[in-house]
Amino acid sequence: MDVIHVENLVKKFGNITAVDGIQLDVQSGQIFGFLGPNGAGKSTTIKILATLLKPTSGRAAVAGFDVVAKPNEVRQSIGLVFQDQSLDDRLTAQENLWFHAMLYDLPSTLFAERIEDVLRLVDLIDRRHSLVRTFSGGMKRRLEIARGLLHHPKVLFLDEPTLGLDPQTRNAIWKHVKALREEKGTTVFMTTHYMEEAEHCDKIAVIDHGKIQAIDSPAMLKRMIGGDTIIVSGDDGLAEGLKSAYNVEVQKVGSEIHFQMASGAEFVPKLIAGFAGRVKSIQVKQPSLEDVFLKLTGHSIRAQEGTSQDQMRQMAQLWRRR
Amino acid sequence: MRIAVKTIYTIWFREAKTFSREKFRVVSMIAQPLLYLAVVAKGISSAVTLNGNAGINYLTFMYPGIIGMSILFTSIFSAVSIIWDREFGFMKEVLVAPVPRWAVALGKTFGGATISMIQATILILIAPIIGIRLSPAIVVEMWIMALLIGVALTALGIAIAARMSSMQAFQMVMNFLVMPLYFLSGAMFPITSAPPVLKALMTVNPLTYCVDGLRNIIFSNTLMTAGPFVGRSVVEAAMSFGLIRWSLVFDMSIVTLVAVVLTAAGAYRFNNQQE
Repeated sequence: MDVIHVENLVKKFGNITAVDGIQLDVQSGQIFGFLGPNGAGKSTTIKILATLLKPTSGRAAVAGFDVVAKPNEVRQSIGLVFQDQSLDDRLTAQENLWFHAMLYDLPSTLFAERIEDVLRLVDLIDRRHSLVRTFSGGMKRRLEIARGLLHHPKVLFLDEPTLGLDPQTRNAIWKHVKALREEKGTTVFMTTHYMEEAEHCDKIAVIDHGKIQAIDSPAMLKRMIGGDTIIVSGDDGLAEGLKSAYNVEVQKVGSEIHFQMASGAEFVPKLIAGFAGRVKSIQVKQPSLEDVFLKLTGHSIRAQEGTSQDQMRQMAQLWRRR
Repeated sequence: MRIAVKTIYTIWFREAKTFSREKFRVVSMIAQPLLYLAVVAKGISSAVTLNGNAGINYLTFMYPGIIGMSILFTSIFSAVSIIWDREFGFMKEVLVAPVPRWAVALGKTFGGATISMIQATILILIAPIIGIRLSPAIVVEMWIMALLIGVALTALGIAIAARMSSMQAFQMVMNFLVMPLYFLSGAMFPITSAPPVLKALMTVNPLTYCVDGLRNIIFSNTLMTAGPFVGRSVVEAAMSFGLIRWSLVFDMSIVTLVAVVLTAAGAYRFNNQQE
């Protein structure tokens, strides 16, 4: 069953098109990743799905409810963890959860049990009576995730859930997200611009300039690259020799020679046999989503950041002027 | 409907809870009006005589005005917390919740009004020090007035803050709205002897009716000790010397009307914001 269905979604801010005809379906129970640089349209899409923004055109449905026609039903079915924190830091962890439970109309008989449940899930049970002000960034993020789960949403939206967190906390959050899917069958829709994180997803949509470039599983996306990248260094004529011997496209990067080979591990012994004495070093690099992104968009996800931040800033200004 | 009531209660409860944790706010709530009374009112009262020597000193005249001022600041400050919430992100949690937004605005409004009532209560406790006799009726009437004007002013603040995204913008509101509201409320000088332009402005200022009403309420149990009205009620003396302009019933009616209109406006504006 498709728990999220998006059709030709467009969102314009003035004459800037932030989301440009997006089309996607997310199946129930999936961890779905939305991968792209800052300003690619990820957050805008999430805001539309969460009924915080109205689309310029197109259609989107979450848990079977249209986001424009039935915003309240959609809001009841989703949990949201925002890019920036949205806790009241003058309240305790427990009070923040109480507030959420009240607004989502949980029966009061369930309050104690549910609050304990989610606090345990994110390891904050012993800090339940502490003011959120005293929490570290990672604890706050975990509390937000706990809060997003309190009303047992069908879909949990995580907008850059691990942004600015240390690797240890990042791993802990991933552990929780996966545990959640196992225990409650919650669908997770997340955005990220960390390549390493996208690997955790069942399915990934690569988005750039408001358009989806590809949707597939991480493994399938990587297969698009056409195998492993072999990086060798050696004598002057090595590049020409490799080209004619294996019929491959080579790329010189400094003193290194890069080329692609379907099965890198099996290729290495052949290379050593064929070019004995001429090769100084060999590296086999498995394809990463970074390579996928590069191949799909023609630019690296990180090189893009500066300009897209400017774009975001422009958008924010337009937004304020309205 | 049940959801709306629950929402109003939840938002109200949060306002009250966070207020109780902000010790500085509580302290400044008590200290600021005392400072006005002790320094400004005392200073002016030694230099001026009010309309035709009624025998009412300036300190007594200004005391209800100080209460009005405190409620004004408290209410507007409660409403500013919307911008605060927006800047610190908490507003998003509220806006994506499956609850009607107008109910959120109402919860905020009542939260602000509740804090205004606490403020009024604190201030009325110092009334005996400046020679005013209290009674249970006065306290109850005070609470009603504080509730009404607290609702009206918080709602006004919400209507303004609903579409604002920066603290700087609100600073401007404070300067161009709150201070004129206070100065033109009859808190510092009586409306009857003000120049025509000011008089016109004061007549359209809802806070004027609040301050006038507070004078009606607070002086009702105190007798004159000097001047031509010795032995009679201070309200009577103040009325005949133009220090009180209207009757309490009239003041209350105007304030109630304004409270209803502004609450509707605040809820409407908050309801129709994007993001």
